Amino acid sequence: MNMRFDVLVVGAGPAGIAAAVSAAEVGRRVALVDDNPAPGGQIWRKGAALPASARRWLGALNASSVSRLSGWSVYDAPAPGVLSAERNSEHINLHYNKLILATGARELFLPFPGWVLPNVFGAGGLDAMARGGLPVQGKRIVIAGSGPLLLAVASHLAARGARIVAVCEQAPIPRLARFAVHLLPQPAKLMQGIAYRWAFREAALHARCWPVAANGTKKLESVTLQQGTRQWSISCDYLACGFHLVPNIELAQLIGCRIEDGFVATDDLQTTSLADVLCAGEPTGIGGVELALVEGRVAGLAAAGNLEVAQKLARRRRKMLGFARSLREAYALDPQLRKLASDATIVCRCEDVAFGALRPHNSWRDAKLHTRCGMGPCQGRVCGAAARFLFNWNVDGIRPPVIPALVSSLAATITISDDTKENA
Amino acid sequence: MVCAHRKVLMSDQARSLVLIVNGSAVAVPEESTVASAILIAGAHSRISVEGEPRGPLCGMGICFECRAWIDGRPHRRSCQVLCTPGMDVRTA
Amino acid sequence: MNSTWDVVVLGAGIVGAACAFECVARGLRTAVVESGGIGGGATATGMGHIVVMDDSPAQLALTCYSQSLWSALADRLRPEVEYDSSGTLWVAADEEEMQEVRRKHSVYASARVRTEILDRQALAEAEPYLKPLAGALLVSSDAVLYPPCAAGWLIREAIQAGAGLIAPARVLSAHAGCVHLEDGSQLRAAHIILACGAESVKLLPQLPIRKRKGHLVITDRYPGLVRHQLVELGYLKSAHSLTEDSVAFNVQPRRTGQILIGSSREFGAEDSAINHAILKAMLDRAQLYLPELGSCVAIRTWTGFRAATPDKLPLIGPWPADETLYLATGHEGLGITTSLGTARLLVGQLTGSPTEIPFEPYLPERFVTGQSNTGESEQERAHGLRTSKGAHV
Repeated sequence: MNMRFDVLVVGAGPAGIAAAVSAAEVGRRVALVDDNPAPGGQIWRKGAALPASARRWLGALNASSVSRLSGWSVYDAPAPGVLSAERNSEHINLHYNKLILATGARELFLPFPGWVLPNVFGAGGLDAMARGGLPVQGKRIVIAGSGPLLLAVASHLAARGARIVAVCEQAPIPRLARFAVHLLPQPAKLMQGIAYRWAFREAALHARCWPVAANGTKKLESVTLQQGTRQWSISCDYLACGFHLVPNIELAQLIGCRIEDGFVATDDLQTTSLADVLCAGEPTGIGGVELALVEGRVAGLAAAGNLEVAQKLARRRRKMLGFARSLREAYALDPQLRKLASDATIVCRCEDVAFGALRPHNSWRDAKLHTRCGMGPCQGRVCGAAARFLFNWNVDGIRPPVIPALVSSLAATITISDDTKENA
Repeated sequence: MVCAHRKVLMSDQARSLVLIVNGSAVAVPEESTVASAILIAGAHSRISVEGEPRGPLCGMGICFECRAWIDGRPHRRSCQVLCTPGMDVRTA
Repeated sequence: MNSTWDVVVLGAGIVGAACAFECVARGLRTAVVESGGIGGGATATGMGHIVVMDDSPAQLALTCYSQSLWSALADRLRPEVEYDSSGTLWVAADEEEMQEVRRKHSVYASARVRTEILDRQALAEAEPYLKPLAGALLVSSDAVLYPPCAAGWLIREAIQAGAGLIAPARVLSAHAGCVHLEDGSQLRAAHIILACGAESVKLLPQLPIRKRKGHLVITDRYPGLVRHQLVELGYLKSAHSLTEDSVAFNVQPRRTGQILIGSSREFGAEDSAINHAILKAMLDRAQLYLPELGSCVAIRTWTGFRAATPDKLPLIGPWPADETLYLATGHEGLGITTSLGTARLLVGQLTGSPTEIPFEPYLPERFVTGQSNTGESEQERAHGLRTSKGAHV
């Protein structure tokens, strides 16, 4: 089946929603495609009380003419102007004049002994699971890793009745303090942070602290933490651990957008190196919700042809870039985190490849070929990101499917000559 | 389909639905993901290559640890699938 | 660093690795030069099929010989090489192809390769998920392995026996017993073995080697879906053509339970990007034979470049214009299979010792002088062996 749109937006998080709504308001035929069952992405994931801005934007989306393709997974870009998506056993070709990539970010997972035990989740991961119906009331939870996400997750879980035992941030206090100072011109953000902290006020908050082991036989029983020279263990039901965010640039890479420093390169109007492809939000730089919303609006307006308003908004965006910069500085990862894995620690979870098997290799490609690391269904999204940090390897090379897809879907992708045909 | 109602786990949400996990009926809140249902049922989604139990990590569809058989089809990311009444879920 | 060796092998793919392995076994001071990773070229992209093929008597002889060498080595190979004697089923769609099955059966028998003819029923029992076909030829002695780790094993064995590995190092030129590396250093050797696959033309542009691009797809784990390597008889037509792009049904169960889906051949393609038209044709054909494949999850796709010669036989032996230069390249889709046999033939010639099968059909001089030992009659016979089939794309 083929569908045609003026503007196709991939990713229904804040940036994608803002982009789709903005383009639709200018009268364009817009579609919003996302592989989650409902829009909201990660930070506005359904299943929890949402902030007012989220409710406003989701309401605007519902009221708009945007075609919603929820549960559809984009797996290929078979020709310029077309994306292929799959849902269950169906596949569809989405033709566009303008494409806006708002594919967001995922958590960075760093391996440490025991991290593969059941009941060890990502930080956003456990939050997502809770929103998806996992009961956390009364559960003892340790939250660790890095980034403002830890505080948000702690407060969300506490609101559901979880007992947050500890929150461990790897960044040191001086850097966190500098970051807090940066927030002073944005009192709303500061208040948000304080509100988060109040929500889990009974929990111990540790800086320069990280997990060195998750312990248990068939599932998690306790976590061993380290702070400086001090090590101690806490018994807990769940560990929610993620080391800040990695941009989802795979689709942009597949399409051929230029990548700089690991992010999709865009100009002030969110346009990538390809004239008909725009990008907004985390894939252009980890910068949080407000920046994502502005970038989404700029992209939507620019894609829809309303350049004047887009440019005005782009000026506002420039003023917000400082936050992204201070985020990067505050939460830079401690080099000691490279030493958490022992030779026996699994790095590639799909194929059970341990750190010791990877160490002798000189490149991601060699490691992949000789150990199978990265050859599983996650396509290196978990292990590749970790390997980039652990070994300073360049993790590249992208081919379809950009996410696993059925053989029948892969076989159905069109070629340029099929452009005018309706394919089943 | 015959299912063994050996153990029905109730959540305290007002609206719930019942699906089948590994042959047993499990009640979960409406709009729960299958990944959550699997954990509520006390199961783990998959067995690793080396034979160890694994559960979901990322909750957002990129780690593939939550793969399970859903309604007869294998390798489905259960964190991306919403539960439906009577859904048949099987894990490793 | 300047140094002198008995042999310097250029290329640590499966063929170069096999040559190095053989050289040290003969007591030669051997160095291997590789510009990237071990087994990182076409070796990394192939199916790892060890298969006896009879496109010509010379191909039959070499694949048969080399397959038996792999079989003898099997017990020594480490687990990550994933050597598995799953056998090949050449499947026949109709009675015409069944005649080809019977012909192959006797040709293989003449080479002392035992095969079994399966009728419709027996094939359905052997491979329940195949669509109903006329029958097949079962070649139980065929096997499969994981090529990058096989090349890695051969290289490590060679190093343990004293070979040197110079990698990563790019070769600028190689002639008259001297290998010039990009970093300015030189290696001197009595003999240089050029085993760079399709890249060999960079060092020796006169080589009659053309790239033939292939596509592959691998699925998630579906143990039991496929038990043998499955190849349609039309594969021979696809591999035979010198000019046409083509696809053929060719799937392989890996030890992990994943299904590897091939195969395609494309001329004139220089870039490694996926060609969607070819990919579609290949997957359509695969689903035609194995309908269940459509509902399998595909995890990755990739491409690779086979090194193809005009007569489908590799170049194994001295290069007439340079007595120090030996070639071990041009293996098209049979690099894995014939690597060990290639190494034996090459090192036999290099050391002037007898070889277990004649090496004449593979001599590089057949393209240089214009006269080949068995050249033209080889091609005629090869054509005569073919049954003419309709287009199968």
